Amino acid sequence: MIWNSWQEMLAMGGYGRYVWGSLGMVALCLLVEVLALRQRQRRARQALRASGGMQ
Amino acid sequence: MLPDVQEMRLTPASAARINWFKYAAPQNFFSLSGKLLPYLSWLAALFSGAGLYVGLLLAPTDFQQGDAYRIIFVHVPAAWMSMVIYLAMAFWSALGLAFHTRVSAMMASALAPTGAMFTFLALWTGALWGKPTWGTWWVWDARLTSELILLFLYAGYMALQASIDDPRRADRAGAVLALVGVVNVPIIYFSVQWWNTLHQGSSINLKSAPSMAMTMLLGMLLLALGFWAYTIAVTLARARCIVLERERHTEWVQQLDGVRA
Repeated sequence: MIWNSWQEMLAMGGYGRYVWGSLGMVALCLLVEVLALRQRQRRARQALRASGGMQ
Repeated sequence: MLPDVQEMRLTPASAARINWFKYAAPQNFFSLSGKLLPYLSWLAALFSGAGLYVGLLLAPTDFQQGDAYRIIFVHVPAAWMSMVIYLAMAFWSALGLAFHTRVSAMMASALAPTGAMFTFLALWTGALWGKPTWGTWWVWDARLTSELILLFLYAGYMALQASIDDPRRADRAGAVLALVGVVNVPIIYFSVQWWNTLHQGSSINLKSAPSMAMTMLLGMLLLALGFWAYTIAVTLARARCIVLERERHTEWVQQLDGVRA
């Protein structure tokens, strides 16, 4: 562990905006993609059920 | 006439050979990918978690860039994936054109959104890294410009596929676009050697020892493995959606067990 406190880690030596802005965007994109995929899966199954399959 | 017994016996070599074309049938692909998905998701979470742990809690502060360098842990893996996914897309497109295997074309279109996302992330994290180290969010140098063209190629591929109603024709048109655009990938990769760019050369290549500290390298490689597993998992899941959507009226999809699908 290289940090002495949470504040120090959050500050990232003054580069906090850039580092957390990068990591945050990565996390957000992955999360949105997974949720969108779940939604698409649900819709595909609903369409299937409507057409009589997948009881 | 009795068949020749010698001919019917399987030799060990032919028994061990996998018939890859088996998985070109959507039905076999669907059941195999369903079994692989949970393992891939776990691998993605484990590798990414370990990479973040090493990169954010163990890796030392850089003496030149301070903590701004920590963007490397997501920037480089995202940039790698943006190129690898495009190559994979071109590979499946070529297979689909050559063999008319349905799953190949589905894999190609399933890869595109994830590739576009990683390209955007490479550009975004690059801009956030450029500002504190170069003093600018963006420059029109060869590396950044060719990566931006990659984003347009992904967008063009998806727009083209979405604009054609017949899936077979959409697959073929997309495949041609993907194959034409593949020349851009070596241009991105070698741009830092071919042109005088603001973007630095690679810290890691096959010819020489990496020019970074071991813990830094480890964190980056762990996140790269995590992104690989994530990409394969998400692509398989999306290809499964495409199978369900396109093969909705076939008997095997109609008979799928709702819980397992």
